[in-house]
Amino acid sequence: MTNAPRHTALDALHRALGAMMTDFAGWDMPLRYGSERDEHVAVRTRAGLFDLSHMGEITLTGPQAGQALDYALVGNLSALAVGRARYTMICDAEGGILDDLIVYRLAEQEYMVVANASNAQVVLDALTERAAGFETAVRDDRDAYALIAVQGPASPGILKSVTDADLDGLKYYAGLPGTVAGVPALIARTGYTGEDGFELFVAPGDAEKLWQALTEAGADAGLVPCGLSCRDTLRLEAGMPLYGHELTTATTPFDAGLGRVVKFDKEGDFVGRAALEAAAERAASAPPRKLVGLVAQGRRVPRAGFAVTVGGEVVGEVTSGAPSPTLGKPIAIAYVDAAHAAPGTEGVAVDIRGAHEPYEVVALPFYKRTR
Amino acid sequence: MSNPQQLRYTKEHEWLSATDENGVATVGITEFAANSLGDVVFAQLPETGATVTAGETCGELESTKSVSDLYAPVTGEVVEANQDVVDDPSLVNSAPFEGGWLFKVKITDEPADLLTADEYTAFAG
Repeated sequence: MTNAPRHTALDALHRALGAMMTDFAGWDMPLRYGSERDEHVAVRTRAGLFDLSHMGEITLTGPQAGQALDYALVGNLSALAVGRARYTMICDAEGGILDDLIVYRLAEQEYMVVANASNAQVVLDALTERAAGFETAVRDDRDAYALIAVQGPASPGILKSVTDADLDGLKYYAGLPGTVAGVPALIARTGYTGEDGFELFVAPGDAEKLWQALTEAGADAGLVPCGLSCRDTLRLEAGMPLYGHELTTATTPFDAGLGRVVKFDKEGDFVGRAALEAAAERAASAPPRKLVGLVAQGRRVPRAGFAVTVGGEVVGEVTSGAPSPTLGKPIAIAYVDAAHAAPGTEGVAVDIRGAHEPYEVVALPFYKRTR
Repeated sequence: MSNPQQLRYTKEHEWLSATDENGVATVGITEFAANSLGDVVFAQLPETGATVTAGETCGELESTKSVSDLYAPVTGEVVEANQDVVDDPSLVNSAPFEGGWLFKVKITDEPADLLTADEYTAFAG
């Protein structure tokens, strides 16, 4: 994996905009264009435009595509209505999380699986192997799509001005094919920011035209280009897990407090079922650690890997941390021993380079938009 | 971006002003460093009266993505830390060579390898 970084279809545009670029899962991606704090605030109050073309798309087609996904993933995808999307996970036989996914049912016999860039190959390989016994074809569509997201309270108005698609009829976690700014697109009402917003899957050759059209359409509403840095603080405030941080192969969905995505009542066996049933029982009877929110009383910022302590004893570990632009304080997500995981628990600290800084345990998320 | 000619620089991306009549110089980080860090959200500066040693850490600057050590460009006694930056760390981003200065130090010794503006510009690229 010493290959040169990959570039999205919007690479030249990012450079023209003066983006600071960063390597992310083998892709050269915009980290920020100006101040990441300003970009964060724009998404919370107006709108932001993101290039997410590094995400990995995998398409399953055929009469048993749904059954294949029911077997390969923890969710009940054959029951998903055409035009709807579902947040789900793919686990190994021990119940460990290989990736978290969004699956769109595009047609009766067609699903699109969207994987994290860092796991796209693992997911593709696992789906190919697990679908082998089913009447379905697994297609690597990573190069077939560019992905542009417009997120924030002003995003519906901005998108409406460049499409005739029925956005009012498009619910959260739904997707429909349409035309945006003259470009064929799969329009999905999904996101990773905690705000209303859309993700637009388009042919890479159309990406620049779409980006420019959205930039113009959003100018009056205060839309700005946004990088991965603010995407991380936005999802952190919204309490959304990130693979490699809150979710790993050493974690089951139940450990992460996301057991609801595992559908034991679906028909047939699925990869990880037995291990996940045991994990569900463990989590219900004696949870070892719980995923909690931490809010700083001081100003020093906790980072992934820092120890959570009580009275000097280690009781947990930070998985993600950052200064929260919305709260104006450092925040973190951490796995903490169940005994210290209740909101309001006294005496919890984070070891920040040797100093035990006081933190308050809170319920996730830190931020929830008003609808 | 341009690095002011009248300042001297270190490879840790700090700048040092000329000394005043009391042998006191002002220290900050360069615009290049501020841009690399991103939004600075917390500044831990050396305290007034503290002795700092050239090349050794004397504080830290925390940004959205990371924390960076602050190195003393010279040896001496800190005579003032910039309270404005402690109160509003974003000054480091908005005015790194001016209102975003970090501390003032009465120099007792300085390394021989401080860079001129042109040398630093070539170094930072």
